Amino acid sequence: MSSRFDARSRSVLGLADDALIASHRLSEWVARAPELEEDIALANVALDLLGQARLLLAHAGQMQVPALNEDQLAYERPIEEFRNAVMLERPNGDFAATMARMLLFSAYQYQLYSGLSGCADPQLAAIAGKAVKEVEYHRDHAAGWVVRLGDGTEESHQRMQAGLDAEWSGFTRLFVDWIRDDVIAAGEAIFPPWLREPVVHWLEPVLERATLEHPEVTLIREPGTREPGRNGAHTDDLIDILARMREVRAAHPGASW
Amino acid sequence: MTSFESAIAEGARIEPRDAMPEDYRATLIRQIAQHAHSEIIGMQPEGAWITRAPSLRRKAILLAKVQDEAGHGLYLYAAAETLGVARSELYDALLTGRQKYSSIFNYPTLTWADVGTIGWLVDGAAIVNQVPLCRCSYGPYARGMVRICKEESFHQRQGFESLLALSNGTPGQHAMAQDAVNRWWWPSLMMFGPPDTDSPHSARSTAWGIKRFSNDTLRQRFVDMVVPQAEVLGLSLPDPDLRFDEGRGSWDFGPVDFTELREVVAGNGPCNAERLAHRRAAEDDGAWVREAARVHAAKQVRRGAA
Ligand SMILES: [Fe+2]
Ligand SMILES: [Fe+2]
Repeated sequence: MSSRFDARSRSVLGLADDALIASHRLSEWVARAPELEEDIALANVALDLLGQARLLLAHAGQMQVPALNEDQLAYERPIEEFRNAVMLERPNGDFAATMARMLLFSAYQYQLYSGLSGCADPQLAAIAGKAVKEVEYHRDHAAGWVVRLGDGTEESHQRMQAGLDAEWSGFTRLFVDWIRDDVIAAGEAIFPPWLREPVVHWLEPVLERATLEHPEVTLIREPGTREPGRNGAHTDDLIDILARMREVRAAHPGASW
Repeated sequence: MTSFESAIAEGARIEPRDAMPEDYRATLIRQIAQHAHSEIIGMQPEGAWITRAPSLRRKAILLAKVQDEAGHGLYLYAAAETLGVARSELYDALLTGRQKYSSIFNYPTLTWADVGTIGWLVDGAAIVNQVPLCRCSYGPYARGMVRICKEESFHQRQGFESLLALSNGTPGQHAMAQDAVNRWWWPSLMMFGPPDTDSPHSARSTAWGIKRFSNDTLRQRFVDMVVPQAEVLGLSLPDPDLRFDEGRGSWDFGPVDFTELREVVAGNGPCNAERLAHRRAAEDDGAWVREAARVHAAKQVRRGAA
């Protein structure tokens, strides 16, 4: 799919959109969490991700001529220009599925941001350096719940395993190579397949303590096709998210807030 | 004179381990619990707008605000627990209607402008009500209120600022802001409770240093604070009787419809059922999670002992 954004911008937009959409889904939990402490924690993670999204969108916006701001990119960009991974747009499911997604996504983000904090784009490196500390907390928070639920009651174990199963194939697709070689060669992005081993290595003892097993999923991708989500092809779930996100703005075109 | 009475007379703080009359304890539990419930029920009307906030900056502000309210609930439940009552008992009292929460949260949030208006008026009224509680006779409550009031005044400023952007925006935004203020003005005045002539618990609470000012005094203080702010906002308040009384140095305002307040307190407000149903659903949906956490913790203890 063609895009007005160049390969370098698309790679930053992928990071930004992942954070933005993950934050949106987590904020749906606010005032619905299993306990008050968890309402606070989920809002906190959602806020961190929103903060990351804002910095990354602003950075991607600065690369455009004329420059675009965070709100233009979040509220006015056509859906086919969104680069988030499809797993993040799916509805939350129950608390176990939400924790499974948070665990897998934050473990991935942790490795990704760790790598990017030394990348050749100084602004991106600074954003990643700040974000890596945040996602470390998200990862630990999710790991705590995954272990408690996996090694809790029979019901919680079943739900946790089901949540992990539901999120796992989307997770494996985070490691698909979708960024153009020259951006990676310039040191401005990380080659996604490199992240897989350290992420899974970190996850394994957590899943073991949780008495959970992860399904084996083999990535099937026809040669010449490109990765859904990353190529701008999305599910109806993202249509729903963007419609809700943009509802107020759509009713007041040209207004400032 | 008991040690409690002399402590109250001297204006000293009562702490959890101090002797206190059972009525004092019961009154505090009732008030702190109602306050805690209001914080967590209050997350719902605004929380519903987080995913729809019209800019990322406003979204971040709102998300942080709702998170603060959850934190307020947490401090207040903790303060109530120092009086010997568990959070689970208080939740139960909320869900079965034995304890109340502020009636203001039984009104719906119909538009985005309601978010700014709640920040300005509802958090504003909460501040006026709560600042005197920072000097309340019960230590844990008073200390909790100091921290809460700081955050509430932050919320009020942000609400005001959000509303100002709407008022100065397009005609459609301005109309939305005015409509929200029209709907929230009278319910905000009702947040100070029934008139002094009809306030069942006031005299005793005042004697105990729990309440420092009467409902009508605080209501007047709120009106005097907010009327000039409405002028800055360029929004009108829906009361034809509002006029400045030079002699009193205060704003006169029209009669508050306390029949409506009684109806909403009695459970007949527009959103009472919805708010409690939402809370109950969150409790029920989370039951297996809390149970799993308990079982896991017990397993850990056994493993530690083994
Ligand atoms: Fe509050
Ligand atoms: Fe507040």
